[in-house]
Amino acid sequence: MWWEYVVYFVNATVLAAALRMATPLIFASMGGILSERSGIINIGLEGMMLTGAFMGMLVTFYTANPWVGLIGALLSGGVVGLVHAVATVRYKVDQVVSGTAINIFAGGFTVFMLRTVFDVAGTSPAVERIPTVAVPLLRRIPFIGDILGHQNPVVYLALILVVAVHLFLFHTVWGLRLRAVGEHPRAADTVGINVFRARYLAVIASGALAGLGGAYLSIAHLSRFGDGMTAGRGFIALAAMIFGKWTPFGALGASILFGFADAVQMRLQEVGIPRHFVLMLPYILTMVALAGFIGRATPPKSIGKPYEKE
Amino acid sequence: MGNVLEIDRITKRFPGVVANDAVSLDVEAGEIHALVGENGSGKSTLMNIVYGLYQADSGEIRLNGERVEIDDPRDAINLGLGMVFQHFMLVDTLTVAENVILRAEPQKFRFVDYRKAEQEVARLADAYGLRIDPRAKVADISVGQEQRVEILKALYRRAKVLILDEPTAVLTPQETEELFQVMRNLREQGTTIVFITHKIKEVLAISDRVSVLRRGKLVGTRSTAETGHKELAEMMVGREVLLRVEKEPAKPGAPVAEISGLYVDDQRGTAAVKDVSLKIRQGEVVGIAGVEGNGQQELVEAITGLTTARTGKVLLHGEPIQHLGPMRIKRKGISYIPEDRHKRGLILDYNVADNLILGLHTQPPFVEHRLFRSERHIAEHARKLVEEYDIRPPNPELLMYTLSGGNQQKAIVAREFSRRPEFLICSQPTRGLDIGAIEFIHREIIRQRDRGTAILLVSAELDEILSLSDTIAVMYDGKIVAVLPAQEADERRLGYLMLGGDPHLPEGDAERGVTAT
Ligand SMILES: Nc1ncnc2c1ncn2[C@@H]1O[C@H](COP(=O)(O)OP(=O)(O)O)[C@@H](O)[C@H]1O
Ligand SMILES: [Mg+2]
Repeated sequence: MWWEYVVYFVNATVLAAALRMATPLIFASMGGILSERSGIINIGLEGMMLTGAFMGMLVTFYTANPWVGLIGALLSGGVVGLVHAVATVRYKVDQVVSGTAINIFAGGFTVFMLRTVFDVAGTSPAVERIPTVAVPLLRRIPFIGDILGHQNPVVYLALILVVAVHLFLFHTVWGLRLRAVGEHPRAADTVGINVFRARYLAVIASGALAGLGGAYLSIAHLSRFGDGMTAGRGFIALAAMIFGKWTPFGALGASILFGFADAVQMRLQEVGIPRHFVLMLPYILTMVALAGFIGRATPPKSIGKPYEKE
Repeated sequence: MGNVLEIDRITKRFPGVVANDAVSLDVEAGEIHALVGENGSGKSTLMNIVYGLYQADSGEIRLNGERVEIDDPRDAINLGLGMVFQHFMLVDTLTVAENVILRAEPQKFRFVDYRKAEQEVARLADAYGLRIDPRAKVADISVGQEQRVEILKALYRRAKVLILDEPTAVLTPQETEELFQVMRNLREQGTTIVFITHKIKEVLAISDRVSVLRRGKLVGTRSTAETGHKELAEMMVGREVLLRVEKEPAKPGAPVAEISGLYVDDQRGTAAVKDVSLKIRQGEVVGIAGVEGNGQQELVEAITGLTTARTGKVLLHGEPIQHLGPMRIKRKGISYIPEDRHKRGLILDYNVADNLILGLHTQPPFVEHRLFRSERHIAEHARKLVEEYDIRPPNPELLMYTLSGGNQQKAIVAREFSRRPEFLICSQPTRGLDIGAIEFIHREIIRQRDRGTAILLVSAELDEILSLSDTIAVMYDGKIVAVLPAQEADERRLGYLMLGGDPHLPEGDAERGVTAT
């Protein structure tokens, strides 16, 4: 029967996996939202994630504490964000060019560091990881408990982050000002908002969040770093942000959808559909989603344009 | 009362121009002070300096007698200054209330208190008679309402001195009247207003005193009650201005263009021009008067080949041209001054020289060996026209969008008139221009007439129709409802016909027929 197939693909186990796969996308897409809402395109999310994944592993290796590793990832992502901000806000470098440069640099830098520090190629030695936890009451709720009750703390952190970014953007004075900066920087300037400072802070925060998303991969989901382990997730996060129309809950929904495609992909492999075909699935879904929906999504108006005074 | 704002010998240079040249100006507390001058005379620059957007090269500003340093708009706001810009500074995606409170938000622990914000905006709007819905998205409101939001923004920040930069440029006459009412309310409640405009009519209607700028210099300040249209016009332009065009009676010759039984559809496919017949002779100006949107635009587009007529004929020297495209019609000796110079007449990203050969760019002498631009001829042509038509700044290499509206229009006029057309169509030729440029273009049109060109003039400005035309046709609802010699026309009679009055009633009855003239 057809519903047996549905249950095979859509059940609590798959949905729990979808949430796990969505987590790095959620972090990075929240970062993307902050940056782009301020008017700066952040195509460098991928590189910022990769940096975070590596530094998270490295700090954990030396401290043997993955929580400290997480902070390391946050800071290192923030530093890469700062580089992007200096390039695009201060020196008005084309935002796509700067982001692309960051991606290329991060790819090379992590390979190089892996070699220099550990004298290995490909994958790092195993490190401590943040263990999954079981939430006492939540896990007993049928179905929901099966999805949410037994997850990595970083997954919960991602969900809390979505709510926090939403409140920040749409209910705090800083969020209101940030949105004004991204839409019409001159208007913001004429009421005395410091456009440059707002953009700096937003892009740094963007990098920090992307760094956390990367660290989830290396010290929560797995317990080691591998070359290029983000595998395009920075770009998918960008797609999730656009698909979600630059809103936190929209991007959350899109991230879960993409995470779901990732999870189903694993299932499809089990039933013997060729692996490489199956691996394309999340990307195809991304493209279909964007082709079908992006027409109605309008980005912040000043995006991509450096702000000049006078 | 004393002066709230004293501007003392402010000088500001931009590359190539002195935008403000030692300008001194006093604004008294509680007055509406008009600041007038032609486009580019430095009005916006001066007020941007007061508001801290630009820094003066020298000079000082005093508020209530005390010298102040205004480094950015934040300082200006803190000092009680407010400014409404020529181009509004509103965030489309935010609501009216959000725009008003931006960076001065009522808050609880850094969370925006939206309820208080909306109440406060509604209260202010009510107090000054600015009707607006605080919750509406700015993207959804009209231009007139956007302006109210800008004024509210300043009032919300407790502006004592409010600067309005050409606020009426974007408004309909009705909205302008409403704005004036708001300005009077503000004055009554103690706000001082600096009102920038280049329309003398408005200065006389609303201001208490008026200061005139010309080419960056202050020409003088007058009490509005003690000055008049003529003096202000001369102060602005720097010489005597002919408010009326001087011309000899026309000496019409043989018919050049004949239009008969023309029907043209608009974009939606309904008839916009209905059975129009007209004859334009050598050396005469035929003016088409009418409220905009009564088929004038479609008529002109059909004659110039931009659209195709449904039926009917357009003859040039007896030869039908209604089936030809715009390029070939142009080559037959028809020139066209379009009403929207940005969309139709110019390519703003090209330089002046290239704009001056548009439409001629495929012909010698601007093409050599059938393929290559002749830079020498293009440059020479540009140099000649820039000088003859006084296009400023006189540099053919400048990109078109850097020129003022008046000079852009002069460039179109230069290009089209210098071709010595046999038939010239001018659609709203002076819309949005200042007095000096209007006078110049009017004079050129008459000069063309006197060298024997047949001219069709379409304008919504009755003054313009009356002062240039030899014959006047009134268009209403797609039809020519009356054709009369200019001597027999006056503003009242035309106004009556333009609104659909019966052309066969004598004038006495006419007045009973309409109220809006
Ligand atoms: N930001 C700027 N950069 C260079 N030139 C400018 C700038 N702003 C204005 N100008 C020049 O200064 C002169 C005065 O302009 P403006 O103050 O805008 O005049 P107005 O408001 O009276 O029309 C003009 O010649 C204009 O081209
Ligand atoms: Mg101006």
